[in-house]
Amino acid sequence: MLASLYLAFTDYNLFRDPQWIGLENFQRLFDDPRFIQSSKVTAIYVLVGTPVKLVAALAVAMLLNVASRGQGAYRSIFYAPSLIGASVSIAIVWKAMFSDDGIVDTVQQFFGFGPGGWVGDPSMTMPMMILLAVWQFGAPMVIFLAGLKQVPAELYEAASVDGAGPVRKFLRITLPMLSPVIFFNLLLETINAFQVFSSAFIISGGTGGPAGSTLFYTLYLYIKGFTDFQMGYASAMAWVLVVVVGIITAIFFKTSKTWVHYSGEAK
Amino acid sequence: MSTVSETPTLTTEARGAGHPTDDRTEQQSTARRSARTRRAGKRLVYHLAVLALVVVILYPAVWMLMSSFKPSSDIIGNINVIPETWTFDNYTKAFGGIAGISFWTFFKNSLILAVASVVGVVLSATVSAYAFARIDFPGRGVFFAIMIGTLLLPFHVVIIPQYIIFNNLGLVNSFWPLLLGKFLAAEAFFVFLMVQFMRNLPRELDEAARIDGAGHVRIFRSIMLPLMRPAIITSSIFAFIWSWNDFLGPLLYLKQPDLYSLPIALRIYVDQTSVSDYGAQMAMAVLALIPVLLFFIAFQRYIVAGVATQGLKG
Repeated sequence: MLASLYLAFTDYNLFRDPQWIGLENFQRLFDDPRFIQSSKVTAIYVLVGTPVKLVAALAVAMLLNVASRGQGAYRSIFYAPSLIGASVSIAIVWKAMFSDDGIVDTVQQFFGFGPGGWVGDPSMTMPMMILLAVWQFGAPMVIFLAGLKQVPAELYEAASVDGAGPVRKFLRITLPMLSPVIFFNLLLETINAFQVFSSAFIISGGTGGPAGSTLFYTLYLYIKGFTDFQMGYASAMAWVLVVVVGIITAIFFKTSKTWVHYSGEAK
Repeated sequence: MSTVSETPTLTTEARGAGHPTDDRTEQQSTARRSARTRRAGKRLVYHLAVLALVVVILYPAVWMLMSSFKPSSDIIGNINVIPETWTFDNYTKAFGGIAGISFWTFFKNSLILAVASVVGVVLSATVSAYAFARIDFPGRGVFFAIMIGTLLLPFHVVIIPQYIIFNNLGLVNSFWPLLLGKFLAAEAFFVFLMVQFMRNLPRELDEAARIDGAGHVRIFRSIMLPLMRPAIITSSIFAFIWSWNDFLGPLLYLKQPDLYSLPIALRIYVDQTSVSDYGAQMAMAVLALIPVLLFFIAFQRYIVAGVATQGLKG
């Protein structure tokens, strides 16, 4: 890690000794349009993908949180995509489904939308990537479900007696009681979203195209470090990422005091 | 009336439907029956809704499986999920491998990596977890904090120095860069999981053993390891699946075709075959997923429990 910090201040290509160049790497970063693009792509992905995924996870968790037969089976099925979603196989499937004349293209033409797969359209690749992320809602869902089971039923009964409707119960009981779990999921999924790599790599063929629309931060880091062998530059990028993720984590923890509710001391 | 009849309906159902009950009037039983049908109807709607969601979620996987049996020309531009003509050509092609290297070579590489990862993780994580949980060594708190710190750190920070180190050691194009960290307990997640588990084991057990004259090695082997079974199983499953699905690691370190793991081979395959040959790609994608799916089906109880309690990601 310290080596990485040192390299961030050098010009190093693996074959020559590192040259100390001070802050130049960082200066170049902010003049690099591809760097700006990759930050933007990742920011959109994190800001849109993570909340959508978590809302889907919570909604399905609440749907499943009723005493009913088959709950265990449903839970396993919904979880399965989380296990395979980041694999190369699924990235290939996604690419095929969203390509020109692929299944999605065919369906959208049937409903009268213009032809064209999402893979080749810079404005549609992001929704496609977010869909892939949302498809993997199973892992946070399982965690939500475990959290929902911890909410004492007496609370709901008491609220019913006081005449609270389902919306009210959700806002006043479910959400506060679930807030530690929401916090945990939010933190975990945000950090994960920053690190998406393989699916973007496969879908864009390792280029981040079309028009840089799938140039995720980690993908650009890989291109810089291991295709162009600008290891100093890539280290600088890695450290910017660490700082950003660190700041976001710190903000989460700081603000958590105001909205995360712990009942008792046990967690 | 309906609220009153809820409770008896529940109890009869619990006892088994159709149980003849003592002195119920005609009226009551009709009300009970209609309440029951209403409940059954609600249940049906509920299950239909959930099943609809299941279909949506499973659609891509089913589509992949079915497409692998279609001629490539039918995959794109054909909305039918079920193949109109079934073919195994795709699989023949996929088993043929790339550039003269058989599919089974890649499969074997992936398997070696995954199994060695499991062995490495189990050996190193249990031992270091024992140290963290049971031995009072100086600086324990600091080391534990550092280890947790590496959990939150995006792993991309270390890939560059790591690559340079392994490159200088001449270990690029071998499995070592992918396995060494696992044998040296660098996988903080597993160590953390095991420490948490071990802390919940009663200390009286090792104290009793110590009085009987057992040392750390003995306590670890005869008491801790057997009790840690659930944690070991969970860690093994995830170590296997993560290693099997890992893409970035092999992408960085395995550059010789005969060393490729399955995901890398798959990626090369996609790049090499013409875009229209989706069939063979699908077949190979299915083959690459089969071990993970088998693992999932066999161990789903452990996997889902692991996710629920530890927040393990798939």
